[in-house]
Amino acid sequence: MPDDRTVEIRGGAVTFRVLAAGRGAPLVYFHSYHERSAWSPFLDLLARSFSVYAPSHPGVPGSTGIETLDDLLDLTLAYDELLQALGLERAHLVGHAFGGMMAAEIAAVFPARAGSLTLISPLGLWRDDAPSADVLILPSDELAPALWHDPASGVARQWATLPGSDQESLAAEVESIQRRSSMAKFAWPIPDKGLKKRLHRIGASTLLLWGDADRANPLVYADEWQRRVKGAALRLLPGGHMGLHERPESAARAIVEFIGA
Amino acid sequence: MPYRFLPDDFEQRYRSVWVDVPHHLHDPEKTRGLYHEFLDELEFAETQGFDGLCVNEHHNNAYGLMPSPNLMAAALTRRTSQAAIVVLGNSLAAYNPPLRVAEEFAMLDLLSDGRLVAGFPVGTSMDMNFAYGINPATLRDRYYEAHDLVMQAWTRPEVFSFNGKYTQIRYANIWPQPLQKPHPPVWIPGGGSVETWEWTAKLDYVYCYLSYFGYKRGKATMDGFWEASARVGADDNPFRAGFLQLVCVSETDAEAEREYFPHVHYFYQKCLNVWEGFAEAPGYRTVKTVQSGTRAQVGAAARRVRQSLDWGQYLDQGYVIAGSPATVRQQLTECIKTLRVGHLMVLLQIGSMPKELALKNTELFAKEVMPHVRDLWPGYKDRWWPSGARNGSA
Repeated sequence: MPDDRTVEIRGGAVTFRVLAAGRGAPLVYFHSYHERSAWSPFLDLLARSFSVYAPSHPGVPGSTGIETLDDLLDLTLAYDELLQALGLERAHLVGHAFGGMMAAEIAAVFPARAGSLTLISPLGLWRDDAPSADVLILPSDELAPALWHDPASGVARQWATLPGSDQESLAAEVESIQRRSSMAKFAWPIPDKGLKKRLHRIGASTLLLWGDADRANPLVYADEWQRRVKGAALRLLPGGHMGLHERPESAARAIVEFIGA
Repeated sequence: MPYRFLPDDFEQRYRSVWVDVPHHLHDPEKTRGLYHEFLDELEFAETQGFDGLCVNEHHNNAYGLMPSPNLMAAALTRRTSQAAIVVLGNSLAAYNPPLRVAEEFAMLDLLSDGRLVAGFPVGTSMDMNFAYGINPATLRDRYYEAHDLVMQAWTRPEVFSFNGKYTQIRYANIWPQPLQKPHPPVWIPGGGSVETWEWTAKLDYVYCYLSYFGYKRGKATMDGFWEASARVGADDNPFRAGFLQLVCVSETDAEAEREYFPHVHYFYQKCLNVWEGFAEAPGYRTVKTVQSGTRAQVGAAARRVRQSLDWGQYLDQGYVIAGSPATVRQQLTECIKTLRVGHLMVLLQIGSMPKELALKNTELFAKEVMPHVRDLWPGYKDRWWPSGARNGSA
């Protein structure tokens, strides 16, 4: 079981739930807001090679203070303060979807923080000709096939299953709205908040991991990232936007190889 | 102000009447005439003795062709002279800077000789978050700040600076100032958000529930408002409340069905056909409101309820009050009494209803119904009526 703790910054105005496990060089994982658990088999696999830290974003159960954060810059500063509080001067940064956008922001604004950067189907750029799926608003029957390569797979069905009782179901609805409204605060209505102007500041070696059948965040964005982040490598994984949960072994192995190389 | 010419199979072929309704469905040649029809209908209502004429704001949709209610209100000021001009209203968060609302409402108040009611809705999620791209996580905060700025612009005697989170004005100083003092009456159209009740009552404004689903379903919301009013120590003056009800009057109950059903059905099946994803951006409703069990007025759940409704069901559920003058009088009295509503707003042009029928509905309502439902709250003073308008309730 990962270590589970709460880390305060700003005199307690913002608190992060941080799960941590493993041994080795520090690696910080930034979640997608659409992941529904704070830890996963993918992180277990990474924890075999790294000291993995997985903070939950403000707005996700366990973390607090979303209402005090104004915008993406404010959140980026909050994560810088969190890394300071965790004593992590420098770490490997890994992020998925919105978490990828977050990791890239940190690596651009605080280049010294990033030992390396792994972006798994990151948001943050925009092309009018290939909009990423509107994952903040898709009804559940349209969201699942956008995120999962095989919505009928066990892991996808587990993700999609709502609790049985009305009370638990209302709580789950509230949680879902809170996750998405928190992400909306930083990414509404288009997840381009100026990152393209900052990407040249990234100095860390960068890996892009992308599902070859990603329906939520199309593969053309991999080209955009490669064009803007000098020397970024692209590794395609078979599968969809949630590939790291559909095939955690492939995703974890790619990261271990990239960082070890 | 619906677009009346959507194809018969609209709701089967298109997912939403709002936000991404394709505008190849819109024929400007037909809409050109519509605006004058709408203005004619409102002006006719004044001649029939209505106390106020309402206009409101919607965007990206075929349900209400009025992105700028102020333009329509301005046109009304020239051809009317008695009725209140009730603008319900300007969605404050959408204006940058919100001082624009303070200015335009001041102009309307002057143009109308003090007949303006200033409505400040948060705005629907479709309008604000989708059509105008405003962040749902901060929409309400932005709205409250914009409200503070507008009210200060109307009431502070000096040039002032406003250092807001969303708007910074170094020299706030609007010209002209409104005619009504200290400011035009403020009405807050709400869709059932819990927070809005207390806020409205505390500030001594009118709360208006613009419900699509009639007085029976509206009761929980109005009860919520009255409970919130009591909590903050406001009195129970019915003129604190407004309510919108769809009404169709004809010679007989049977005639009402024959004349009005197709238009009512058009309204519920086409004009409210909103795709689930657009019904409510995440964060539009606060957690408190979600937990209160208030549901969105549009979207998949609402569609399931609406689908396959027949005339009898529209009436039984109170969506529409329709029938002979006697039937309408009786039910409308029940509506006014049970909801405790001093300002009743009636929607008389509904869905695809053509002008002649809207005028008939207006005339019959004015002659056969209005006199009977006008004075149901003796002993209460309407402190929220514009000083320049005729007041039939006082």
